[in-house]
Amino acid sequence: MAFLRSGTATAGGSGGEATRSGLAGLTMTLISLALLALAWQAAAWLVASPLLPGPPEVAAALVRASADFALPRNILITLGRVAASFLIAMVVGAAIGIVLGRSKALDRVFGPWLIVLLNLPALVVIILCYVWFGLTEAAAITAVAVNKIPNVAVTLREGAAALSRELDEMALVYRFGPLRTLRHVVLPQLAPFFAAAARSGLALTWKIVLVVELLGRSNGVGFELQTAFQLFDVATVLAYALAFTLVVQIIELLLLQPLERRAGRWRR
Amino acid sequence: MTGIAIDIGEKRFPAAAGAPSRLIYRDFRLEVAPFAFVVLLAPSGLGKTTLLNMVAGLDRDFSGTIRFRPAAGTATRPEGPRLAYAFQSPRLLPWRSVVDNVALPLGRDPAAMEKALAMLRQVGLEEQAHAFPERLSLGQQRRAALARAFVIDPDVLLMDEPFVSLDEAGAARLRDLLRRLLAQRPATVMFVTHDSREAVELGSRIVRLDGVPAQIVADVAVELSPQERRSPDAVEALRRQVVG
Repeated sequence: MAFLRSGTATAGGSGGEATRSGLAGLTMTLISLALLALAWQAAAWLVASPLLPGPPEVAAALVRASADFALPRNILITLGRVAASFLIAMVVGAAIGIVLGRSKALDRVFGPWLIVLLNLPALVVIILCYVWFGLTEAAAITAVAVNKIPNVAVTLREGAAALSRELDEMALVYRFGPLRTLRHVVLPQLAPFFAAAARSGLALTWKIVLVVELLGRSNGVGFELQTAFQLFDVATVLAYALAFTLVVQIIELLLLQPLERRAGRWRR
Repeated sequence: MTGIAIDIGEKRFPAAAGAPSRLIYRDFRLEVAPFAFVVLLAPSGLGKTTLLNMVAGLDRDFSGTIRFRPAAGTATRPEGPRLAYAFQSPRLLPWRSVVDNVALPLGRDPAAMEKALAMLRQVGLEEQAHAFPERLSLGQQRRAALARAFVIDPDVLLMDEPFVSLDEAGAARLRDLLRRLLAQRPATVMFVTHDSREAVELGSRIVRLDGVPAQIVADVAVELSPQERRSPDAVEALRRQVVG
């Protein structure tokens, strides 16, 4: 309880500052975005073509696409695919990375495989998955996950190789056993590496999921973008792009950043 | 509750990065009686920490045996003696609160937390129980490490210069604390230091090591009363006898 009191006191203090600087930052961001919208409108006036619609046309397209809930539904479908492939990639990639980071011998054997996978173009993986497993949901999610696994593995390998031997010995002497050691000694040391892998991973996953949908799915943001592309409906393309970007930013702000702060709160 | 019989045939560090392999111990024998407070006194780099690591089971790369013998009248634990190790650095988990750090060897259930809190009260850290270790001073961190060592009611307590890099007053307070804790929960102690004053103040037996491979060059029983241990003159007299 004593901690909670002092904890909220300090958190409240720095939280107040964070809110103030956060407000100033937010204002600047809004001004910057308004400038971007103005520049866009100006360009639309200059070009005066249906191929570069201005903000009002895109807003209208946004309303049109949302009217029958097509846009939110497609965004949710895409988010589902992102979540599934992201989770699979994090778990599998972390397991591979931790094993390779802890065993030099295994790393010498399988390390080069990671480099090959890292440099394999995303498109090749997607095509192969669709060819081998058919145009299915599982193939789509596998394709995205496989693209992401080597990144996660490389990051976590670095973390596992840098684990503290001193704390390992402490856990051994005090008989923590494998589970307590994993939970209290190993995972907290890997937390920053998980955060880094998640951050770069999410950014990559968003982009690849759209390509996967474009090539072999009949719903989701990627599929809708392709349909709009075939009709040269640029307003709908931009409407989807804007909505999707916004959702991604919200997830980043409300989910990832608080998680990162929580993991790092023991630091001085 | 345990005596320790150390019998090392050979311990060497393998050659690494161009350096030749290094012989640390050869035909080294040391018997530690139950409840003894043995201070290993030696210059740095001789292999004192290595010896503690071998006793702790952290370093198994040697020939020979280390046996734990239950004191007369006590039963052998099937899982071996309960061992606590106060390392040269406190080795607390920075991402767990002080009380979690102390409770973790017990399992962190409510009973363990209760016991850990009681232990922290004894070392004078109840105020800091819920703080993260990095917010503590080094002296407080060392107290927390002591609490973690004693919370498991150890049979054998290994200590590797646990009071190093504290100012003299802080080190003296921690030595007092250690004496009080041991009076309540007696244990067999192996205490490594290069400070001969500290050795005389604390130990019931001082074993001085020197040479390569390390050999016992002096083995002195310290029979000072608690009052004499606090008197600088008495300590100094015996210190000369050990080092001289």
